[in-house]
Amino acid sequence: MNNVLTIENATMQFGGVVAVDNMNLRVDEGEIVSLIGPNGAGKTTAFNVITGVYAPTNGRVEFCGKTIVENHPQGKMEKLYKGQNNGQYTHVLKPTPDKITKLGMARTFQNIRLWKSQTVFENVLIAKHCRTTANFFSATFRMNHAEEQRQREECDELLSVLGLENVRNELATSLPYGQQRRVEIARALATQPKLLLLDEPAAGMNPQETDELTAFIGKIRDDFKLTVFLIEHHMDLVMDISDRIYVLDFGKLIADGTPTEIQNNQRVIDAYLGVSNDA
Amino acid sequence: MKKNNKTKIVSAVLIVALLAVLLLLDNTKGVPSMLLTVLRKGAIYALVAVSMNLLNGFTGLFSLGQAGFMLLGAYTYAALTIPVESQTSIYQQYPGGGVGFSITEGLTNAMGGFGLLLGVVICLILAGIVAALLAYVIGLPVLRLKSDYLAIATLGFAEILRAVVQYAKLGPVTNGSNLLYGFTSFDDFKIGSLKLSTVMPFVFSGLCIAVVVLLINSTYGRAFKAIRDDEVAAEAMGINLAKHKRMSFVISSFFAGISGALLAMYQASVQAVTFKAAMTYEILLIVVIGGIGSISGSVIASFLFVGCSEWWLRFLDNEKTLKNFNAKLIFAIIFGLIVAGIAVAIFFKQKKNGKLGANVPCIGTAIVALAAIGWDIWFVISPNLKLPLLRSGFRMVVFSVIIMVVVLFFRKGLLGDQELPDVLHRFGAWLQSRFGKSAKGGDAK
Repeated sequence: MNNVLTIENATMQFGGVVAVDNMNLRVDEGEIVSLIGPNGAGKTTAFNVITGVYAPTNGRVEFCGKTIVENHPQGKMEKLYKGQNNGQYTHVLKPTPDKITKLGMARTFQNIRLWKSQTVFENVLIAKHCRTTANFFSATFRMNHAEEQRQREECDELLSVLGLENVRNELATSLPYGQQRRVEIARALATQPKLLLLDEPAAGMNPQETDELTAFIGKIRDDFKLTVFLIEHHMDLVMDISDRIYVLDFGKLIADGTPTEIQNNQRVIDAYLGVSNDA
Repeated sequence: MKKNNKTKIVSAVLIVALLAVLLLLDNTKGVPSMLLTVLRKGAIYALVAVSMNLLNGFTGLFSLGQAGFMLLGAYTYAALTIPVESQTSIYQQYPGGGVGFSITEGLTNAMGGFGLLLGVVICLILAGIVAALLAYVIGLPVLRLKSDYLAIATLGFAEILRAVVQYAKLGPVTNGSNLLYGFTSFDDFKIGSLKLSTVMPFVFSGLCIAVVVLLINSTYGRAFKAIRDDEVAAEAMGINLAKHKRMSFVISSFFAGISGALLAMYQASVQAVTFKAAMTYEILLIVVIGGIGSISGSVIASFLFVGCSEWWLRFLDNEKTLKNFNAKLIFAIIFGLIVAGIAVAIFFKQKKNGKLGANVPCIGTAIVALAAIGWDIWFVISPNLKLPLLRSGFRMVVFSVIIMVVVLFFRKGLLGDQELPDVLHRFGAWLQSRFGKSAKGGDAK
C-alpha cells in the first residue's frame, strides 16, 4: 500500500501554547483514517499545518512521496522553495494552501465556508478553477470553450453523484445544514484530490444525517478512489468507518490503532473521561 | 440555444439603435448641450465605475486609487497625441519639451481617417498599459493589506502620483502643473461632415465594459467572486490569492487608465489638479448607488450621477427669486403636498406593520412634517420672494443627503449585486403572475 500522507515531528507553537506537539502519523492509500481527541486537543491545528494554513514551528509533511511542508529551525534558516536540500541547509518549505490543493489535497471546514453569493453549481464550478489551464486572456475571450464545457459537465456529474442535482441552482447557503456539508464535500472533490481532509463533517447533524454521512463517506472513497483523513467527534461515525484512528490529547498523540484497539485503550478512556485521583 | 440567439439579436438591435440615436443627437441642431455633456461624461464615468466595481464589488478589494490611474492614462494619452508643431507652444515653460512625435498625427497623415482611429486606439491601449504597469508595481506591497488599510494605501499612492506628475523635472513630458491641450479629442472624429463626438465615447467605453463583463463571467471572474465571498475557502480550493488579487488590480487599473484617457479626450485638456481624491469619491459614490457587484447598476448610476451633478441639480446652486405672490403660493402648496405625502406614506407603512402609535418614528415624522409645513406657511406670509437655501454649494448638500438616504435605507444600491436583464426578467415574471396574461409589459427578453 502506498503511503499518501506522512507527518514527521510536527510541532505547532503559538507563543507559549503548544497546540501540536511532535506529532507523527501516516495515512496510506485508500484508507479512512480518523483523528479524534477532546476539545482543544489540536486536531484542527494539525489540519491547518497539513494544508499550509499555518507554517509549523518544526517538522515535516510529506504528501505522495514529496515533501510539501518543512521547517527545521535548528541551525541556519534558509528559504529554498524549489531547490534541493543538499544536506547543507536547513530547509523551510512553506507553500500557500492553494499550492497544496493543486498537489491533490482538498479539505472541508469545521464551520462551513461556502461562497455565499454563489449557487451550488457555481460553488462546485469555482473549485474547478485551480485545474483550469487557460490564462485570463483566453478565458476572457472564450477561447477555452471546450475546457469550460468539460468542467461544467464534470460538475454536473459530481452533483448528480452526490445527490445535489435538484438543488443545483439554489444559493448554497440557503440549503439545510446537511446538504451544505455535501456541497462542501462536492466542492472539495471538484479539485480532483487524492486525499480528502474532512474537518468534523458530522458537526451539527442529527443521528439520521450522521448515518447517511457515514455511508456517504465510504461511498465516495470507493467511487473516487480517495484516501480520507477526518476529524470527528461522533464516535459512532468514527468507529464505523475508520480503518485506523489516531487520538490526540493536549497536542500529543496518545494512541493509534484500529477502532477496537482504541475502544479498549486505557489512556484514551482516561483522556476522554478524566483520571480519578482518589485511588 | 434558440433563446440565446434571440437575446443576441435583441441586444444587437438595441446597440445599433442606441448608436443611431446618438449619431442623430450629435448632428441635430438645437439639442441641449447639457444632454450631450451628460451622455459623453456619463459614458466615460461608466467605464471608471465598472473598473472600480471589478475591484471593489467583484474581488472585494476596497481600493481608492482610481483617480491616480486615470491621471496616468490621461497624461500618457495626451503626451503621445499632441501634434508636433504645437508642442513648442504648449511646452513653452519647458523648452525642448514634448515627446517630439504624435502617434495619432503620424498615422492620420499616413492613412487618413482610419489612421486616426488606429492611432487613438493604440494610444488608449498604451494609456491603459502604463496604468496597469504601475498598478502591478504598487500592487506588490499594497495588496498584502486588507480592507481599510488597502483603501488608505491606494489613496495615498494616487495622491503621490498627482504630486509626481507636477514635479518640475518631469515637465518636458507632463508640462508640470500646466495644462496639456491640443491633442486628439472626440471632436476630431468625423465621417464626412457627420460629427461623432458622442458616439465615440460610447463605442470605446462600451467595448471596454463588454470586456470586463466577459472577464467577470469567465472562470477568472468566478475566482474573483470566490475571493470576495470567502478568502480562506478560496485559497483552500486552490485559488492563488496573491496572483488573482494582483490580476484584478492590474486589470481594473488598465481600464481606469483608458477611461482617464477618454476623459482627457472629452475635456480636450489635462491638468493634474482635476484628478483629486474627490474624483475617486465620485466614482465610489456611483458604484455604491448602482450596487456593489452590479455592472449594469454602475452604468445606470454613472449616467444618473453625471446627470444630477451637471444638469438636473444645477438649479440648486443658483439663487432664484420668484416673480410674484402667485408663483410663491404654488411653490408653497406643492412643497406642502410633498411633505404631507411623505408623512402620510410613512404613517401608512407604520400602520401596516402595526406599529402606529407613540413611538420614535411616528412622533419624529410628525414633528418634522409639522415643522416643514409651519415653515411653508411662514414662507407664504413673509414678504420675501427669494427661494430659501438655494445658493452656491447647496447642490453638494443635497447630494450628501441623497447619499445618506441611499446608505441608510437602500444599502444595496439600485440593483444590489444583480444585473439589469435579470431584474427586468423577474419584474416581467412578477407582472405576469400579478396581472395574468393580459399584461405583456416589462417582458424584457
